Amino acid sequence: MVTTKKNADAIGTNGYRLIGTRPIRPDGTDKVTGRAAYAADTQMEGLLFARLLRSPHGHAKIKSIDASQALALDGVEAVLTAADFPGIEMSGNDRNGRPADNQWLQDNILASDKVLYHGHAVAAVAAKDPHIAEDALTLINVDYEVLTPVTDVREAMLDDAPILHPGMRTNVQASDVETDTERETNIAMHMRLERGDIKSGFDSADVVIEREFETSWYHQGYIEPHSATAFWNRDGKLTIWNSSQGPFVVRDATAKLLDIPIADITLIPQEIGGGFGGKIPMYLEPISALLSRKTGKPVRITMTREAVFQATGPTSATYNRIKIGAMRDGTIVAADAYLAYAAGAYPGSPVGAGVQCAFGPYYIENQRIDGYDVVTNGPKSAAYRAPGAPASEFAVEATINELSESLGIDSVELRLKNAIKEGNPNAAGVPMPRIGAEEVMEAVKNHPHYTSELQGDDVGRGVGFGFWHNAGLESGSTATINSDGSVSLIVGSVDIGGTRASLAMQLAETMGLSYEDIKPRVADTDSVPFTHVTGGSRTTFAGGWVAYELGIELREKMRERAANIWEVDLDEVEYSDDATITSKPDNEGNEREFTFVGLASKMASTGGQISATVSLNKTSQGAAYGGHIVDVHVDRDTGKVEILRYTAVQDVGTAIHPSYVEGQIQGGVAQGAGMALTEEYFYDDEGLLKNASFLDYRMPTTLDLPMIETEIVEVPNPGHPFGVRGVGEVPIVPPMPTIQQAVYDAIGIRLYDMPMSPRVVLEELLNEG
Amino acid sequence: MQTVTYQRASTVNEAIALLSDGGENARVLAGGTDIIVQARERARTVDSFVDIKHIPELMTFNYNTSDGLSVGAATPVYLLYNDNDIQTHYPALVEAITVIGGTAIQGRASLGGNLCNSSPAGDSLTSMMALGAIANIAGPNGERDVAVSEFFTGPGRNILDLGEFVVAISFATPPANSGAAWQRFIPRNEMDIAVVNCGSYVQLDGEIVTDARIALGAVAATPIMVPAAAEALIGRQITDETISAAAEASYEAATPIADMRGSVKQRKHLSKVLTQRTLDIAVERARG
Ligand SMILES: Cc1cc2nc3c(=O)[nH]c(=O)nc-3n(C[C@H](O)[C@H](O)[C@H](O)COP(=O)(O)OP(=O)(O)OC[C@H]3O[C@@H](n4cnc5c(N)ncnc54)[C@H](O)[C@@H]3O)c2cc1C
Repeated sequence: MVTTKKNADAIGTNGYRLIGTRPIRPDGTDKVTGRAAYAADTQMEGLLFARLLRSPHGHAKIKSIDASQALALDGVEAVLTAADFPGIEMSGNDRNGRPADNQWLQDNILASDKVLYHGHAVAAVAAKDPHIAEDALTLINVDYEVLTPVTDVREAMLDDAPILHPGMRTNVQASDVETDTERETNIAMHMRLERGDIKSGFDSADVVIEREFETSWYHQGYIEPHSATAFWNRDGKLTIWNSSQGPFVVRDATAKLLDIPIADITLIPQEIGGGFGGKIPMYLEPISALLSRKTGKPVRITMTREAVFQATGPTSATYNRIKIGAMRDGTIVAADAYLAYAAGAYPGSPVGAGVQCAFGPYYIENQRIDGYDVVTNGPKSAAYRAPGAPASEFAVEATINELSESLGIDSVELRLKNAIKEGNPNAAGVPMPRIGAEEVMEAVKNHPHYTSELQGDDVGRGVGFGFWHNAGLESGSTATINSDGSVSLIVGSVDIGGTRASLAMQLAETMGLSYEDIKPRVADTDSVPFTHVTGGSRTTFAGGWVAYELGIELREKMRERAANIWEVDLDEVEYSDDATITSKPDNEGNEREFTFVGLASKMASTGGQISATVSLNKTSQGAAYGGHIVDVHVDRDTGKVEILRYTAVQDVGTAIHPSYVEGQIQGGVAQGAGMALTEEYFYDDEGLLKNASFLDYRMPTTLDLPMIETEIVEVPNPGHPFGVRGVGEVPIVPPMPTIQQAVYDAIGIRLYDMPMSPRVVLEELLNEG
Repeated sequence: MQTVTYQRASTVNEAIALLSDGGENARVLAGGTDIIVQARERARTVDSFVDIKHIPELMTFNYNTSDGLSVGAATPVYLLYNDNDIQTHYPALVEAITVIGGTAIQGRASLGGNLCNSSPAGDSLTSMMALGAIANIAGPNGERDVAVSEFFTGPGRNILDLGEFVVAISFATPPANSGAAWQRFIPRNEMDIAVVNCGSYVQLDGEIVTDARIALGAVAATPIMVPAAAEALIGRQITDETISAAAEASYEAATPIADMRGSVKQRKHLSKVLTQRTLDIAVERARG
């Protein structure tokens, strides 16, 4: 491991001193020694333990809840149901002015009228001991009227499907489609993006391929279950310690549901054991808070793994239909997509992003994409790494692979021919800035993996392309220069992927300091301005913008301070890249020069400590592309697919800390490989989830994957001071189609439904005879 | 709150007494890798644990050429697969116990626990059955020996009566020109439960099969022996055709359910494939 040098002559080939080096992460020691504090470690005097009672049915009406016996149990301090929420205005707008349905948010936390999925929380018990709380759950009597569940997205769209939310009508976001105001439906939303004229586009095509695809529910599978501890003090002030990707978002939502001022809540985020999007939604905090208010004591809830699978997380199961037409020379002239995403219990699947990204890697003149957000009996879908993109892009990429075969054009060449370029419009019609789609496919084409020869029987190779737009959003930070020249950096972003390091590096780079001079820390919600979730691949991007602007502001303030001391005009003071502050010699010819440390040591006597706070809302983002190559072997007797070699090429803009970039890419591939091969949700006919455990929800282990090779391509993002694009999400997009193509190459069978589990592959092989 | 008592037996008789007094909800505690998990998840009611790991003979094993191998029921499996004699003479047992859980689990998991947990998918079970292993049982009415193949009565159920427990599992010395092998199929490469597992044993006289045992797991309510597969081999010359015939017999004998771990079609087919694969290796080992 290389650490950084302050040395100004150690400029890397990328033109930076620190960016592109691999320093040790600030949280490393605590994590490897087991000292890092996670939410479930929260301990305090008088702590109570809460457990949740969850629905044993997939769909039912709650007729009554009787908790009297539970309350009478020795050691039980309080029981909570939805009736304990303060009645609040149930509709309103979120922070960005979009309509937000608080009823749905609240009902997902504790069901009021109906349970909509197996594991839906209906009541909570706080007791002196977790075992007493568990015993008490068995004493709560809930009278259910069991209803027919519908777990499949296409069945939920049928006219005679059981209705989850009586009175629901489709919110149509397509100019030429009529809203049916008569019919109750599970289709919460229908959106359409369209450009050109797909009819004439398809008419001009020489080859047209149309296929249908399905993907399963996939859980993020973070190792740490959700946990939240709350203490509601007698003065009405509420403190929460939790595991969340968005402490500020949870704070604001808690304030809304509990009807208290935001300033009365302090949310203290703990180290987080993975999230991948699944720790953006709020599940536990209002329950801990209300139980604490009832009992006057701090209350902790930690979910069981079973509850994590049943009631949090997964990304939508989908049904997608794709039609693509091309000319003989490979030019894609028309594309049509029909995407139906299961939202789970409440509206809000990531179908919008699925629509935006479906044809993302390509420029296609005539295209239409219809997306449907459909409620089904299942947990409310949550964000999961490039939410919505893996499913729609899998369907498109798999169709492109078939198109390449029909046209007799190599699939990499076909992709290069149609790759989106600077100036081409995205799905919403906005022209793309400088992007690296072509560079990525060129790198795939030239990669030694791609040019190597495949060897052996029943082996196959696949290639896939992927796109994700990444996010900007609000970030805030404060930096303070200490008297010894070190800098304290306070950030609002929970650190999941090494962002304390990547943000400190960007501040150090800007200020001409060393990485070790910066001490980054994740603060509570009172100590730093609003910072949006750690998600959307945005933290190193948006937080990096903030770090850069902080650095510029601190440099300015140091110049001003020197100008005051020297009594010269500000524009006569220079701050060099090695962090020395100089001006021209004084009248007696004495040098005017401060080292950074020298000036820092004088701050107290020359006007006080120097600090800066920056808060930004970056609407820009850095679109990113990945190209993957895989070799697989298929065991024809068992249907098992083994990944022999995997290479992921990705345009990351600028790799701030290459080790963490590589780690993100490898992690994304591992999760995508699970989606392709072994992970799935099993619901039975009663809507009961049969595999809510790590044993039966089969995520790949280290023994199931080879070392994933990475190749970093750097086409700097023009919308960022260091060219960062965001890296965490793109790599989960290509694995499904890439592996699907390799399986076809190995055994000649195309599988349209993910995952391609050994059972599915074997049964297909047996059907073929 | 549920209270659980923990009692430590230091002799076989003490264990019998504690189990008899404890009644239905007294459970033997060996490695605890099944029972602690089940009690914690409230899948099984346990009032008292009777720890048998402090009975010396339960924690050791002996091998000699005349008596074969006797394994104390609570001996952690890592001690077994690290032993030279067991590696040399019982490779099929080693194949099964090296895949139970991971290193941490293998530091505790025992053959007796795997046997008495009586899961249809338990990995050592079909290996023990193929090797013709015998469970040595002690109880209020004395001792008795029951073949592992006769031990199971249903998923999680077995022939043990109140107060009885397994003291040891014995394996005969493998005859000359015999060989055995064990395999399972799992969707992942580790930390998974068998979709099907299979143990096979053959004894040869030249190229003629003189004895054979084939056992399948996870294809019925209990692990099963497949006598028809043995019949397809015994008295016949060992060829691809006879092995295929035995594999077909396994296919016919498997009566699996469909669940989230596998379909009927998949499990029946894998019964055939694993029979074939284990027989190929067993024959190779028998030939020496
Ligand atoms: C992470 C993990 C992975 C696992 N992987 C596998 C695997 O791959 N394959 C597999 O087959 N199993 C697996 N298991 C299950 C378990 O480890 C095995 O079944 C193990 O052999 C049980 O042995 P034990 O000594 O821990 O049994 P215990 O848990 O102590 O006992 C199991 C049951 O048998 C009873 N019992 C134990 N000993 C006796 C005795 N001598 N007489 C009478 N009754 C007795 C107990 O009362 C209990 O009901 C796994 C478990 C875990 C937690």
